[in-house]
Amino acid sequence: MGLERKDLLTIAALSADQIQLILTTAESLKEVGGRDIKKVPALRGKTVVNLFFEPSTRTRTSFELAAKRLSADVINFSPSSSSMVKGETLVDTARNIEAMQADIIVLRHSSPGAAENLARSVGSSVINAGDGWHEHPTQALLDVFTIKEKKGRVSGLVIVIVGDIAHSRVARSNILALTKLGAEVRVVAPPTMIPFGLEHLGVEIFYNLDEALINTDVIIMLRLQRERLGRTLLPSLREYAKLFCLTPERLKLAKPDVIVMHPGPLNRGVEISPSVADSPVAVILDQVTNGVSVRMALMYLLSGFSERSTLNE
Amino acid sequence: MTKKTGQSPPFPHLLCIQGGIVIDPGHVNGRADVLIQNGSIIEVGFPLTNPLSQDSSITILEANGWVVAPGLVDLHCHLREPGFEYKETIATGAASAVAGGFTTICCMPNTQPVNDNAAITKFMFAQAQEAGKARVFPIGAITKKSEGEELADIGELVDAGCVAISDDGRPVMNSLVMRRALEYAKAFGIPVVDHCEDLHLTDGGCMNEGMVSTELGMPGIPDASEEVMVARNLALADLTGVHVHLAHLSTARSVELVRHAKGQGLPVSAEVCPHHFSITEEAVRCYNSNAKMNPPLRTDEDLQALKQGLVDGTIDAIATDHAPHALQEKQLEFDTAPFGIVGFETALPLTLRLVHEGVLSLEQALDKLTRSPAQLFHLPVGSLQPGSHADIVVFDPHEEWVVDPTTFFSKSQNTPFGGWTVRGKVKMTIVDGRIVYDAR
Amino acid sequence: MGRDDMNPSPRPHERLLMDGQEMARTLTRISHEILERNKGIEGLALVGIRTGGVFLAQRIAVRIQQIEKRDVPLGELDITLYRDDLSIRKDQPEIRKTTIPFHISDLKIVLVDDVLFTGRTIRAALDGLMDLGRPAEIQLAVLVDRGHRQLPIRANYVGKSIPTAREENVQVFFEELGQDDRVAILTP
Repeated sequence: MGLERKDLLTIAALSADQIQLILTTAESLKEVGGRDIKKVPALRGKTVVNLFFEPSTRTRTSFELAAKRLSADVINFSPSSSSMVKGETLVDTARNIEAMQADIIVLRHSSPGAAENLARSVGSSVINAGDGWHEHPTQALLDVFTIKEKKGRVSGLVIVIVGDIAHSRVARSNILALTKLGAEVRVVAPPTMIPFGLEHLGVEIFYNLDEALINTDVIIMLRLQRERLGRTLLPSLREYAKLFCLTPERLKLAKPDVIVMHPGPLNRGVEISPSVADSPVAVILDQVTNGVSVRMALMYLLSGFSERSTLNE
Repeated sequence: MTKKTGQSPPFPHLLCIQGGIVIDPGHVNGRADVLIQNGSIIEVGFPLTNPLSQDSSITILEANGWVVAPGLVDLHCHLREPGFEYKETIATGAASAVAGGFTTICCMPNTQPVNDNAAITKFMFAQAQEAGKARVFPIGAITKKSEGEELADIGELVDAGCVAISDDGRPVMNSLVMRRALEYAKAFGIPVVDHCEDLHLTDGGCMNEGMVSTELGMPGIPDASEEVMVARNLALADLTGVHVHLAHLSTARSVELVRHAKGQGLPVSAEVCPHHFSITEEAVRCYNSNAKMNPPLRTDEDLQALKQGLVDGTIDAIATDHAPHALQEKQLEFDTAPFGIVGFETALPLTLRLVHEGVLSLEQALDKLTRSPAQLFHLPVGSLQPGSHADIVVFDPHEEWVVDPTTFFSKSQNTPFGGWTVRGKVKMTIVDGRIVYDAR
Repeated sequence: MGRDDMNPSPRPHERLLMDGQEMARTLTRISHEILERNKGIEGLALVGIRTGGVFLAQRIAVRIQQIEKRDVPLGELDITLYRDDLSIRKDQPEIRKTTIPFHISDLKIVLVDDVLFTGRTIRAALDGLMDLGRPAEIQLAVLVDRGHRQLPIRANYVGKSIPTAREENVQVFFEELGQDDRVAILTP
């Protein structure tokens, strides 16, 4: 059994079984990260291109490390360093990259659907590393992996996502992944940050953090984008922190063995208080470690399916 | 397309379209022949009684049982010239129009420079004259440069031939400016056309705000963005007593607001675009930028309400909002690609779908494309009554064909209907008794 | 491998090469040979290659424990990531866990596999082991050597050498997988 697909663009398009396969594969690959020599030859001779139109040191580094641990060659392309000029479309850029025999293109782009658009235009495998507010599937997969690792399961857990749901690709992908795997998902945010019709995605919506935290197994905090402040979504950072900051007192409302996750980077004192972020309930660094395994798993599973590799045969 | 040649070859002074079903909304609906002399219609009937119909110099055009109707009239299109000739020119736009059966088109002022003065208006007329295809009537700007601040020289625009005023594409946000525009327009007896959109509510949205935008992570344009401006304009029409024409309605509530206003006798009219009653926001799912237009594709509920609005007369006209964009612009990502689709060459078959579905009769449908829009803008076209300009479309209402944007006469191919199998094919378009499009 | 086969013998599409008893005796002999060659279990460790090799390594470990009264370290190796056909296969084989709960450096490692055929699996296993450390020595134990080597690899301990045709399919069945222990050639 394999993923049977060329690209990983969304969680929406994955079945629960496919998510499980990725998680199982990642679990097997996690061992590689614990070795003295953290490298296996599985993708020897393959080329992975990180095409990042938005800055993201963390995600790019994680993909880079994943590719290198599988012995692939990695090239980083970003609009500032590449010859991107205004007028060149994403597809033009990507075709150029494909012409350099890239097997996997990892794309971060500010437009929703950019990865899907790219995947249609190139034979290389495309991994969506975040497209606008749409999806960030690898983040959701590493979150699910971490939850499974810490809790032994996902099904039946009460998981709350806290923060700007409307403008968060992490939230969208996590809602889809967690509901597919049978978790009870809650979201909590000011109503200005809840998108239209979200309840139809099978989540329960809260506007009060204290109520939302009751009886939760997992808390996923989202980063508050400070640039949203100017767009009338919030009165002030101060008020947001007062209403939505995860403090040690609020944490007591959750189950005693609750874990706290955050995709990083943290706004300490805004969405999460430092004492929570640094406490043992926070598994934020495990998420980072697991991110590499999950991305290795994806690259391995997709590598058989790039249309380029068939052409080369 | 053949090279632009200016005037077509000299046309016969005496012409007869025979063997067709004439539908001249409100006047004729049935088997009839059409007799044309020197570019004017002199008789419609069967059999013709005018002795000229027996004249030996007559040229007979066989209509084979096809529909013969007044040439279609479009109140809303973008011809892009001057300024954006890479998207469309008045010549290519007019050629596209006649290929779609349109003989009269009203072009919006959002060119570069904006049509806010007589020089631009006259330039547009001259270009249309040289193209020698459809009649082109410019719509002037409401405000200078369509910046929404100072009124344009509306009297001068009307004098130069503008048939209406609008800041389409950059709607007038300031309600006081809109009030003054309406009051000022009263002196010239022209309608004021508004693209109803509250740009603050739109807030960078690029598709309908709804379940699909939530799933796609796309910034949405709420229904309210249109409806608050529809409501404002209705109130201003009431206040000023001046005819407000509401462009491209897209939501169910907009239709309801207009229906209510008409019930109260307000001087208001409304148009709808074929895409809004043909497809919904679902068309955006594969991030097809050719499904991006403003107002956006809405839900099925809205689509049904728009159809109902056509049926009960709340919506007076079907307009294309023909908005060509170059391929490279539409190849951008969905959220950064420009709004708009081309419409001339698909409007008739998409409207005929409503006829084939039984929503409208053929005469009702043609009324929304001919007589009714012509009356709204006081245009001297839209009828086959004796004495009218011989502006005629002949089409086979049943012939199936597959929409292939690469064959469009328009310079641009941005349509979501490529690959659709549609029914209803234009066979011949005649302007002033000249055949300007012939696909027999 | 992993083929569900609950039919009682004789099985129609099999030619039996080794029955359960013979398998057990062979493993006992190999266990003794390992101890004899290495003069006991000092510095010795077993690593089974997934999946069949793991079962065989476990059985050998049990026998060595019975003989020596001491446990020999036991690991499990998944060679998928080291296969030489990954870049040309269309379906990616499933990756399973490599679990080697000891440092292999300076140990004498006995790699255990069920069938020695082209030698490519062993090549991958050697690479996999080398990435984990620097063993003092690597030896190879296989239940069946069916010939047709494509690489210069030879086993130190062989249960049974069986001449086969290239296209034949030799399969080892395991109780651990709910099957009757045996080795057979599957006939199409």
